[in-house]
Amino acid sequence: MKLTLWTYEGPPHVGAMRVATGMKDVHYVLHAPQGDTYADLLFTMIERRNHRPPVTFTTFQASDLGADTANLFKRAAQGAYDRFKPQAMIVGASCTAELIQDDPGGLASTLGLPCPVVPLDLPSYSRKENFGADETFLALTRALAKPCDRTAEVSCNILGATALGFRHRDDVTEIANLLRSMGIAINVAAPLDASPADLARLPAAHFNVLLYPETGEGAARWLEKTHAQPWTKTIPIGAQATREFIAEVAALANVSADVDEKNLRQPWWSASVDSTYLTNKRVFIFGDATHAMAAARVAREEIGFEVVGLGCYNREFARPMRACAKDYGLEALISDDYLDVEAAIIAAAPELILGTQMERHIAKRLGIACAVISAPVHVQDFPARYSPQMGFEGANVLFDTWIHPLVMGLEEHLLTMFREDFEFHDAAGPSHHGGKATPAPAPILEPTPNAASQMIEAAQALADALHWLPDAERELKKIPFFVRAKARRNTEKYAAEKGVTQISIETLYEAKAHYAR
Amino acid sequence: MSLDTPTTGCLHTPVLRERGQREVFCGLTGIIWLHRKMQDAFFLVVGSRTCAHLLQSAAGVMIFAEPRFGTAILEEKDLAGLADAHTELEREVERLLSRRPDIRQLFLVGSCPSEVIKLDLSRTAERLNARHGGAVRVYNYSGSGIETTFTQGEDACLAAMVPSLEETTDTNLLVVGALPDVVEDQCLSLLTQMGIKNVSFLPSRRASGAPKVGPNTRFILTQPFLADTAHALERRGGERISAPFPFGEEGTTDWLRAVAKTHGVTLETFEAVTAAPRARARKAVAVHAETLRDKTLFLFPDSQLEIPLARFLARECGMRPVEVGTPYLHRGLMEPELALLPQTVLSEGQDVDLQLDRHAALKPDLTVCGLGLANPLEAAGYATKWAIELVFTPVHFYEQAGDLAGLFSRPLRRRALLEGAQA
Repeated sequence: MKLTLWTYEGPPHVGAMRVATGMKDVHYVLHAPQGDTYADLLFTMIERRNHRPPVTFTTFQASDLGADTANLFKRAAQGAYDRFKPQAMIVGASCTAELIQDDPGGLASTLGLPCPVVPLDLPSYSRKENFGADETFLALTRALAKPCDRTAEVSCNILGATALGFRHRDDVTEIANLLRSMGIAINVAAPLDASPADLARLPAAHFNVLLYPETGEGAARWLEKTHAQPWTKTIPIGAQATREFIAEVAALANVSADVDEKNLRQPWWSASVDSTYLTNKRVFIFGDATHAMAAARVAREEIGFEVVGLGCYNREFARPMRACAKDYGLEALISDDYLDVEAAIIAAAPELILGTQMERHIAKRLGIACAVISAPVHVQDFPARYSPQMGFEGANVLFDTWIHPLVMGLEEHLLTMFREDFEFHDAAGPSHHGGKATPAPAPILEPTPNAASQMIEAAQALADALHWLPDAERELKKIPFFVRAKARRNTEKYAAEKGVTQISIETLYEAKAHYAR
Repeated sequence: MSLDTPTTGCLHTPVLRERGQREVFCGLTGIIWLHRKMQDAFFLVVGSRTCAHLLQSAAGVMIFAEPRFGTAILEEKDLAGLADAHTELEREVERLLSRRPDIRQLFLVGSCPSEVIKLDLSRTAERLNARHGGAVRVYNYSGSGIETTFTQGEDACLAAMVPSLEETTDTNLLVVGALPDVVEDQCLSLLTQMGIKNVSFLPSRRASGAPKVGPNTRFILTQPFLADTAHALERRGGERISAPFPFGEEGTTDWLRAVAKTHGVTLETFEAVTAAPRARARKAVAVHAETLRDKTLFLFPDSQLEIPLARFLARECGMRPVEVGTPYLHRGLMEPELALLPQTVLSEGQDVDLQLDRHAALKPDLTVCGLGLANPLEAAGYATKWAIELVFTPVHFYEQAGDLAGLFSRPLRRRALLEGAQA
């Protein structure tokens, strides 16, 4: 049993719903009690979908449990077919129905429905949403994909996009346009907007482009094994990764890698002198592994940030994430407990957080700038405008959305020069943002037994042994808020190394000189 | 205007009972407002990842100040051996209480999976109560979807608190149902002005303010979904005052009049106290009634407030209800409401696809429904009011009557605004 306050991922059947809802002409019959229908609102409210998800919930009650939940399931499945006439159905159980062991797959097969029925076996008590989506897409692909000849012209499938994904809609558009501009046809993009008939002709493509390993790698691997389709390993997030992706695709398709970059503005925006102030800004990155690893590279190599924390909530990708973090001299944070993440953020004292909705809330509590780079998603992560994360336009979007939350360069200087101006002080926050800034509250430290909190405890013990003289404490307050935590940390670390227990103004400036960059 | 409206009432109207897919929340959802109402309480759901995800999603905008609710997620090892699950739960509770020493009331909330594996939360609650001896009061109730719909969770929660309320022989009045603080204050003020003493509220804002109950207790419900709580209070000797629910000017006046009658308040006093707020409420409602009058209304079952709301919208705003759906119909509590509700179609339970067919055939001007249906119906051309707002917004008593009507007129005014702009 594990106490959870907020979760990064829903249960696996919600992952299955993301696949079913993203697709066309599929219906999902879910053996589930009343209340599980809440999942509909994820799609109709958060994503603003204008149709109900294609899901029939059997809605069993306590009184049904002793009686006949199996027949209830059969009636619901038959009724769903009669009403919606889908090209294919998927059937499965939510967490409660898993316990009553009715075997939806077996029950559905006795009905002899005139369409393929794909049973799902998703372990609700050990796995989560991304697993559920990946497994569902794999199961559908396995059941529906038919051997067929390759298309005459060179073509590919785009795999992994689902309903409720972070910018999946726009990423698919961007990458499909990029591939077409290289002379590669799109055979099928799936699951998002694909029908079962589309899945049947997946094997006609010459290769697969996998955009979201979290939700599409199972299918990509199966198609490679069964239909000899190679798949791309580069995730085209950022200018450099997009160029590498183009090279990888060009090799697979045997086409030219010469792609027009005239709309790629991010490298110049980053090189222009106005961006100098971004140099080595401390950034903490957390999200699903794919987005977090890609963001780390963009942050360090394309914007010139310093990555001070990196991690993901999906344990399935712990290995590549750990290897990636090592490259940044970091130990990866693999956790789905937001209190661990919060503790790690406090310990790292970043100036910018790139995270999920959860980190956005943590950032708000701590008064740190933040941009969202990954699911879990919020209604605000479905913008009306075109806003991909991938490809060249995606690189432009990343620059804008990551830079916008920060205090701008000249403003940063002015704050440093006139620290005590009554209107233009650092607690007022970046001046190009609306709203009224509130000072960051004192962080609440949670006594959770983990590496991050041990780090904090160690820092705390260190701080307890040190004593800030009043003058030095006052001087520290004059340092703008976005670097104050770092200055305090560096000074204390410096003092501890030098064996100084009383921190004076001199100690503060000696430490500043010591850590000058 | 209520007095002039001819009604035949719905007391003997046949009810269409349906059994199929229900597009409603489970009782866990009540935690979203209960944990804000009771400021020293923590709600610990014993359930699955689905339960945690539901609470998070139903909260919509995440209330990210460390929430006073959480989920102890059952894992495979808990399902394998039950003795283990009890120990694990106690361990999680101890961790929680040590991190949150401000907690005075802890609710262990059962869920579908915990009910199905027959995890006995009352035993855990008993053990924890013995261990914490008064510092923290531990309760248990079920918010599971196999047993409760949406607002029934509040009923189960309050009913669980009743047995441990302190006994009294004093004469007192208990107002039952979680109300926003501002509404509770208004209610108390009206009752006090009528000279009624010893008024307390269930639930109270803090454990220390918990009401007492006994043979001389009279109680009145502010919400129509509190049947089990009412029975529990009756078992403790309380006497229920039957009345329509305090929505709108008429509902509030009838509700207050029922209290006044049982407490011997004179007609003069009653008129003196209620005249001004009644006039204000009528005036505030009238503004919105202009938009709502003669419009047809379809209510999908959701919050259990459907019948009182239909009564208010019909009698005070001039709407024409074409179907009033409710998750379940408790005749005992609903009698005064049904007597006032103009003739319409009543449905209980749900088969959502069939109900959507009826809805499409009737083409109502305004549809009240849950969040899962609202945008699809809007996209199909219907004006909707999502029902969850009705339990998240102050809507009871005189000063909120206009706001309540406004919740229904806004979707229509908005449509007109956007259509006007596009024309």
